[in-house]
Amino acid sequence: MGVDGIGARVARKEDRRFLTGKGRYTDDMSVPGMKYAVFVRSPHAHATITGIDATAARAMPGVIDVLDGKQLLADGIGNLICGWMIHSKDGSPMKMGAWRPLADKTVRYVGDAVAIVVADSVAEARDAAEAVVVDYDLLPVVTDPLQALAYGEPQLHPEAPNNLIFDWELGDAAAVDRALAAAAHVTELKIYNNRLAPNPMEPRATLGIYDAGDDHYTCYTTSQNPHLARLVMSAFYNVAPENKLRVIAPDVGGGFGSKIYIYPEEIVCLWASKRTGVPVKWTCDRTEAFLTDAHGRDHVSTVKMAFDAGNRIIALKVDTIANLGAYMSLFSSCVPTYLYATLLSGQYDIPAIHANVRSVYTNTVPVDAYRGAGRPEATYLLERTMETAARELGISPAELRRTNFIRSFPHQTPVIMNYDAGDYEASLNAAMTTADWSGFAARKAEAEGRGMKRGIGMSCYIEACGLAPSAAVGSLGAGVGLWESAEVKVNMAGTIEVMTGSHSHGQGHETTFAQLVADRLGLPIDSINIVHGDTDKVQMGMGTYGSRSGAVGMSALAKALDKVEAKAKKIAAHLMEADESDIVIEDGALKVAGTDRSVPWFQMALAAYTAHNLPPGLEPGLKESAFYDPANFTFPAGCYICEVEVDPETGRTHIVQFVAADDFGNIINPMIVEGQVHGGLAQGIGQALLEGVRYNDSGQLLTASYLDYAMPRADDVPSFNVSTSNTPCPNNPLGVKGCGEAGAIGSPPALINAITDAIGNNQLTMPATPEKVWAAAQAAH
Amino acid sequence: MAKVTMTVNGRQVSGVCDDRTLLVHFIRENLGLTGTHVGCDTSQCGACVVHMNGQSVKSCSILAAQAAGSAITTIEGLAQNGELHPVQAAFKAHHGLQCGFCTPGMVMTAVDMIRRHGSGLDEATVRFELEGNICRCTGYHNIVKAILAAAQEMGGVRQAAE
Ligand code: FES
Ligand code: FES
Repeated sequence: MGVDGIGARVARKEDRRFLTGKGRYTDDMSVPGMKYAVFVRSPHAHATITGIDATAARAMPGVIDVLDGKQLLADGIGNLICGWMIHSKDGSPMKMGAWRPLADKTVRYVGDAVAIVVADSVAEARDAAEAVVVDYDLLPVVTDPLQALAYGEPQLHPEAPNNLIFDWELGDAAAVDRALAAAAHVTELKIYNNRLAPNPMEPRATLGIYDAGDDHYTCYTTSQNPHLARLVMSAFYNVAPENKLRVIAPDVGGGFGSKIYIYPEEIVCLWASKRTGVPVKWTCDRTEAFLTDAHGRDHVSTVKMAFDAGNRIIALKVDTIANLGAYMSLFSSCVPTYLYATLLSGQYDIPAIHANVRSVYTNTVPVDAYRGAGRPEATYLLERTMETAARELGISPAELRRTNFIRSFPHQTPVIMNYDAGDYEASLNAAMTTADWSGFAARKAEAEGRGMKRGIGMSCYIEACGLAPSAAVGSLGAGVGLWESAEVKVNMAGTIEVMTGSHSHGQGHETTFAQLVADRLGLPIDSINIVHGDTDKVQMGMGTYGSRSGAVGMSALAKALDKVEAKAKKIAAHLMEADESDIVIEDGALKVAGTDRSVPWFQMALAAYTAHNLPPGLEPGLKESAFYDPANFTFPAGCYICEVEVDPETGRTHIVQFVAADDFGNIINPMIVEGQVHGGLAQGIGQALLEGVRYNDSGQLLTASYLDYAMPRADDVPSFNVSTSNTPCPNNPLGVKGCGEAGAIGSPPALINAITDAIGNNQLTMPATPEKVWAAAQAAH
Repeated sequence: MAKVTMTVNGRQVSGVCDDRTLLVHFIRENLGLTGTHVGCDTSQCGACVVHMNGQSVKSCSILAAQAAGSAITTIEGLAQNGELHPVQAAFKAHHGLQCGFCTPGMVMTAVDMIRRHGSGLDEATVRFELEGNICRCTGYHNIVKAILAAAQEMGGVRQAAE
């Protein structure tokens, strides 16, 4: 292994440009003749559009044009789609209401786009947008999913009676009911998983460029998934043929899921560029981001967990209502189903599980994947229930978990997943030791002396990531395959370019992918360049989400490297008149094992392209590509322990310590992995303590800025104590799992469990604001 | 429309802009210095922090016209002769950035914080003074570490020079 190879804490290659202001984000792009777009958005949560008059707006200074939904429809631009088909338990397909990129008849949430104004400057476009007169007939509004379902009125889409999108189930209901009837103890809980706004710090932006000379389209956009954007915009929205559309997602300032999907603005700006003949750039402001970026979570669940007399779980029954907002976003349907219910076994051996999920339309912004996507909801539900059960059963939460851990692998759960490997007790033990669990009673007593209520809570999460075997997801309703692709180009002088379909928006791919190449070829990391995010440069890709870049993206790279190595060895063997099976690659050279004969890497590369002296019949050049389709998900898991002090006077929660012990399999760059965990923990702590999207009854978003939506700041989170154990994943060539979402999955239940422990009241919903905690603490007296 | 002249990163610059143009937009659009970012519209996120006459300010809460005649330093002006400023170097060494979007504002805030506190900075002060800068990626752990390390290093350097 070279110094920059696998396992090294290499400082990131990409940092220099970010630190010196040379990052290139979509809003930093400008092209000659570029104009600016502002969207006219609905101020009402539900209304019929009776007329749009843009006459005055068109006449305003700097305005190029104002375009609306009727023109979009006339040009044949299609509806936004949801790419994962779910069937209800009666066999009927999910009910997809039409989502127009620009609403032409009905608006269904505040912020629904109605028209686009293109002008010389943002300020002029904004002025003109205010002058567009839209006549609305108001319709009744519903924001609460229970209400939307219970009364079926008001109804959002004619396709979905009672606002029900699907009524889906997984597992064996009869077996669960039998176990519940026979149980020695049943723990019941109602669980609310609060709606969140993902809030990457870079607001969404898009620059649409139509080149009439070549009849070619270019779309710069803030995407985690440029190839999918190109496919969907071509195949479903009719914006442009795939071979005439280039999508570039340059530096992207965070995504957390919210930039996987294709949004109306990307489609409309491309179309508007063709219509107006000028490049059109739109940049979201923060309020617009709150109004229109897909939100996350928003579940209401009831859970019953049945135990036998030996405290072993014998069944789990879950009933969930998932609010999907006004329309079905691209991945929305798989989040509360196959990404959620399939993880309800957690780390436990549960013989019978049944989950029923109803998803519902309401007059709110669409809900889709957000960091963890379904898995945080499953973990929160399960780990809150475990803690509650431990209290009811009068045994320690660690003991209850130990009693129920899965201990032999592979393990087939009753909800599809087949866990490949894991050691849950190792993480539990590591976390408890680091957190000094046994010393807690003394710390609690000491805190009581100061008038503080101290609590400790744990959570043992599991995640399924590395999405996923294409055949498996296809059989479950996915519209695409979830392989990844990579191409390795060895340049004539021996430097290397890697083209990957994974997309980096903060995860450090330019470093970790280069580390893998450095490791394999013994080359310095600076001689390796990672190219991503551009559909014209990278052959194919499926982007980055669900912690798949390492397990799937880097596995594709490993496969391509296999081919490069094989051909390089052939060339070197020929040059040295040796047997190709004797060639080893190390320290930047190809050597004949056991001799002092060697050819420098660059010389072999040059020979590949000069082609003066190649083995007979060997094709010149050295450039190989591979696709990798995973054999299974990977299953990172871990144990988190949080200790808090609650001030009973104010209800304020202070996190005293936060310990995370994760099993991520083999690790490429420990520094980057730790950073991913820190970020996830902060988002999870944000969900538990601070964050929550709120609408009022008329569907107005009450949390539409950083003044109203509490983002975690440096003072709200502690320094974290993170460590890893490393049970390799047996299913991919690198033995890696995935670390991006773990922190956000495991932390909310640990924190809420700690607070409920401190205040002695289990009735607490997220976000656990001081007001709520204070009231719950009072009620516990 | 107003003609605005100021010194940016040591160079005198001028440009014509709307009276309502914010300093951040003047820097980004008129001067093409896109390292200064816009992350919000309520002056809460700190992505836009620059130095004005040596002190950190949110460039989204100042009109370009108000900044006329002042000396502005943006993130592009921090590294000297290709050498990263110690705060920039510390962010890199301690993995204090991920997507990099909040980073220019974080670095500019940190430089000013260290200027005021020197190596006497402690973790509580750093966390408190980062109140106006939001990072969604890092969980702050490594940002705090980087700022404390830079304060140590810069304090040490200053003492050595004195
Ligand atoms: S853009 Fe200035 S504080 Fe957010
Ligand atoms: S590094 Fe992404 S917001 Fe801070």
